[in-house]
Amino acid sequence: MRRRSTAALALATLAVAGLVGCAPSGAGSSGDLDLSRSSAPPDNAAPELSGELSIYAAASLGTAFDELAELFEQRHPSVDVRPIVYDGSSTLARQILEGAPADVFASADEKNMDTVSALAVAPEIFASNTLVIAVPAGNPGDVTDLASLADPALTVVLCAPEVPCGAASERLLDAEGVAVRPASIEQNVTAVLAKVAAGEADAGLVYATDVVGVADVEAIVPEGAPDVVNRYPVTVLTDAANPDAAAAFVAFVVSADGQAVLRDLGFGAP
Amino acid sequence: MTHRRDAGGFVPRILAVPAVVGLALLVLPLSALVLRVEWSTLWADITSPEALSALGLSLVTGLIATVLCVLVGVPLALVIARAGRRSAALLRALVTIPLVLPPMVGGVALLFLFGRTSWFGGILAEWGIRVPFTTGAVVLAQTFVALPFLVLALEGSLRTTGTAYEQAAASLGAGRWTILRRVTLPLAAPGLIAGIVLCFARAIGEFGATALFAGNAPGVTQTMPLAIYTAFNGAGVSQGTAVALSLLLLVTAVGVLLLVRAWRAEAPR
Repeated sequence: MRRRSTAALALATLAVAGLVGCAPSGAGSSGDLDLSRSSAPPDNAAPELSGELSIYAAASLGTAFDELAELFEQRHPSVDVRPIVYDGSSTLARQILEGAPADVFASADEKNMDTVSALAVAPEIFASNTLVIAVPAGNPGDVTDLASLADPALTVVLCAPEVPCGAASERLLDAEGVAVRPASIEQNVTAVLAKVAAGEADAGLVYATDVVGVADVEAIVPEGAPDVVNRYPVTVLTDAANPDAAAAFVAFVVSADGQAVLRDLGFGAP
Repeated sequence: MTHRRDAGGFVPRILAVPAVVGLALLVLPLSALVLRVEWSTLWADITSPEALSALGLSLVTGLIATVLCVLVGVPLALVIARAGRRSAALLRALVTIPLVLPPMVGGVALLFLFGRTSWFGGILAEWGIRVPFTTGAVVLAQTFVALPFLVLALEGSLRTTGTAYEQAAASLGAGRWTILRRVTLPLAAPGLIAGIVLCFARAIGEFGATALFAGNAPGVTQTMPLAIYTAFNGAGVSQGTAVALSLLLLVTAVGVLLLVRAWRAEAPR
């Protein structure tokens, strides 16, 4: 009995070790990225930067910051931008307050940047965004405007009021005098969009930039949307392990090149 | 009327109906998951760098957490099994707490102990030690929720075997360490192994405490359950990957449970 269990345990350990062994090689397969990097022209003006850079960014910045980080790595080949942590701005702010190891924080609104004001070096507004009504392709719920979201027969999902898209949704609905009973309150904007895209919800309020290039979703620009604008601040954090690279990244985001990336993805000017 | 006096026993036959409903409740959702798997992209989904990094992290942290659970859980189980009835009841209740608490509460509690804004976390921070939002935090969260599985399984096993063989060994002149090594632990081995396997399975499935205490940083604290949650919410890896990873976690769990079953079948009464 003992021998068999020992053998099985050894087998399990081996299997696990084999799987673990795969992990670093998978993570290290970014080697093919290095090829494209070496062909990029180095930035003469910038000082020599190196080390790891940890960025915490609002969920709505996912596509934009992945692209910005890649461009940044091409300019500064010695800097390794860690996989960016995306979540609702209030979640990220809480994590940063409790000591999460972030060098840069990009929030989707000023309120959540204020939360970490004691740790923010110099927040700068770098983009703006407005809300749209997202509906699944084909608009099965026949949503036409903001007022139709009040229809109790519709399944509507919204962001939680603590996160920027939720705060903006609340402002917009209040301004237009629409009372919505959401079927679900989500912690970040991508969660709202995912439920609409999957057809589980008839409508949801998300940012105009979120629906750009998403096939399963249609957008309706509601009345009053242009008046509710979210302004996105970005900052280096006082605890940054790599303050030089962090400052360079923030400078890149607000630079003309960074702004062009954001504009192409539908973000408004700061 | 004839009664079959075999293994079928005397259970009223009508009870088969709710039993089947109960079984369906457990099996049907998991079948629905399997039906959603995109078999054509399954391998690519599982072997994407993000998925592999989450999988590797889960396995490494799960193994370390299991080792930690053995190091502190075996002594704890020994103490409870050999304690007086009242103190054993109290200790057992304490050990069971993480089992009945929502894991999120465990995460909040850990954050309030180790977080920078707490007194203990503040002291650690002065020494330059940061625990939350690190891979270490993942291990701690997993250890917190998985420890009861090991302790309770082993304690039950120790209690059933009793102390008669230990007393015999002692009367023959064996020392305490020898008795532990040659008598107590071998007798309790089935419970210990079952506990270790369950502990590992629970550790790699841990979500709530990890999400709050360790966060969701890819490659650092984003374990499989967090990767699945993130993917399902439309960020990070794709939803296809979420389903593929869920399937992988399901297969792992079933495999682990079958292993326990195999050991139990061989166990002495």
